[in-house]
This record gives sequence, C-alpha cells and structure tokens, in this order.
Amino acid sequence: MRLRWWKLLSIVLVFYSLYFGMMGEVPSKDILNETIRNLYYHVPMWFCMILLFSYAFVYAIRYLSSNNIQYDLKSAAFNKVGIVFSVLGMITGMEWATYTWGEPWSNDPKQLGTALCMLIYFAYLVLRNGIKDDEKRAKISAVYTIFAFSLMIPLIFVLPRMVDSLHPGNGGNPGFNAYDLDNRMRMIFYPAVIGWFLLGKWISELKYRIDHIHYKKLYHE
Amino acid sequence: MNNLKKRSLSLVFTFLSILLLVPTCWAQNSTPEMATFFRSNGKIYVVVLVLATIFAGLFIFLIYLDKKIKNIENN
Repeated sequence: MRLRWWKLLSIVLVFYSLYFGMMGEVPSKDILNETIRNLYYHVPMWFCMILLFSYAFVYAIRYLSSNNIQYDLKSAAFNKVGIVFSVLGMITGMEWATYTWGEPWSNDPKQLGTALCMLIYFAYLVLRNGIKDDEKRAKISAVYTIFAFSLMIPLIFVLPRMVDSLHPGNGGNPGFNAYDLDNRMRMIFYPAVIGWFLLGKWISELKYRIDHIHYKKLYHE
Repeated sequence: MNNLKKRSLSLVFTFLSILLLVPTCWAQNSTPEMATFFRSNGKIYVVVLVLATIFAGLFIFLIYLDKKIKNIENN
C-alpha cells in the first residue's frame, strides 16, 4: 500500500509542528508565558473543525442535487469528525484559560458562540440517530447541515468580532494580530493548521469508508 | 507658621512614603501562593496538558472506530 501524498504531508507537518512548536523561540509575554505555544495546538483544532464542516456542507449540497447516498455518508463522516475536533478545541481552550484567564469558563463571547455552535452540531447527531429510514435521514440531515453551517459562520466569525473578548485582539479582531503573531510563530502555525486539517480529513475518510462498507453490507447481502 | 510648615512637611513625607510603599504592596500581591505544578517553568506543563488532551481525544475516537469495524466484521 502506498500512502497518498497528502497523508504523508499531514504526518510530516504534524511532527514538524510538534517538534518546532516545543523547541522554537517564542515571544515572552506576561501571564501567557510558555502557554503561547498552545497557539500551535489549540487553534488548529478550530481551523480543522471549520474546514471539515465546510466539506460536510459541500457534500450535503451535492447529496441534495444528486440523491447519491455516498455523498450523504461523506457529509456525515465530515460532520462527526468535525465534532470530535470541536470538542478537543473546547477542552484544550478551557485548560489554557484556567491558567491564563483564571477560570475555565468566563462567558467570553467566543466561548459562548462556539458552545452554541457545538450544541447545534450535537443536535445533528441526535437527529441522525433518530431517523431509521435511510432516504429520509439523508435528506433531513443534509438540509440540517446546511442550516447548521450557515449558523456557524455568524456564531464564530461575526458575533465575537462585534464585542469585547478575552481572546487576543479583543473588540474587532479575535485572532492574534500582527504584533502578537510574529513571523517565527507564523512559520510553525500555518503548517500546523494544514497538517491537522489533513489529519482530520484522513480520519473522516476512514470513517466514511467504514460507514460505506457497513451500508453496502446492510443492503446488498 | 512653624507649626504649619511642620504639618505640610509631614504630609509630604507621608505622601512620599505611601508612594514608596505602594510598589512593595504590588509586589506582595503579584506573588500569591499559587505556584502549583502547572504554573512552574513558565507554565510549559499547560502546553503538555493540551497536547495530552488532543492525543487522548484522538485515541478515544480510534477506539470507537475500532469497535465499529469489529462489529461490521462480526456480522
């Protein structure tokens, strides 16, 4: 078996971010101290979640226009793995917040927005498990995916930018801004995002392949 | 007159001593007894905790996938 190039790339990039994320130089800041390195591990979780949810969104639309059940299974796999990454992002964020903001949950607008977004996607799991008929389940979950994705955009990208937040660059820009994120960190942060995203895509693909085999076994034997 | 001078001098002295004392109070406030394990060495263990969480989560998901595959194989 030969690994596809992007799977190899994900291994290389994740290890690159692990090694250089821990060994590389970072700006020294009060309160943050060494935890600034969490930028390479906590933030890529969210980037990965957003990209996986976008894949699920695209496959949901493709399912609705083609009625091909494979697209439904793909969309579901991407949504489920996206939820795993959102849970990881939330837990790691709360751990980081405990030692920098003083408490795991401080009702920060971004925390609230992502929590709402997660609840919406948890409801997706409940909805999908609740419908036994395949055709119906595929259609309803595709429509729900489109709604959930359209809600995620304002909850994560728009609302937190309109109010003051504990997240870096509060009021206006909830990301690390040009002064916080220096070029040394960029060289590790962006590869980390790409590496974790490719890993998430890889896991989703495995999940899809398992579900597809399961589906075929159920209906064609 | 002399009395007034003395009083104003003492006022200035008190003010200056307060100014001198305040930073030492800050210093006391900024070192509370919170030097727990996770706050040692520039809080590097928080990063370790975050990484451990990520890998724990991925392993939990792997175990879930493993169970699912086993189910399909057995059927």
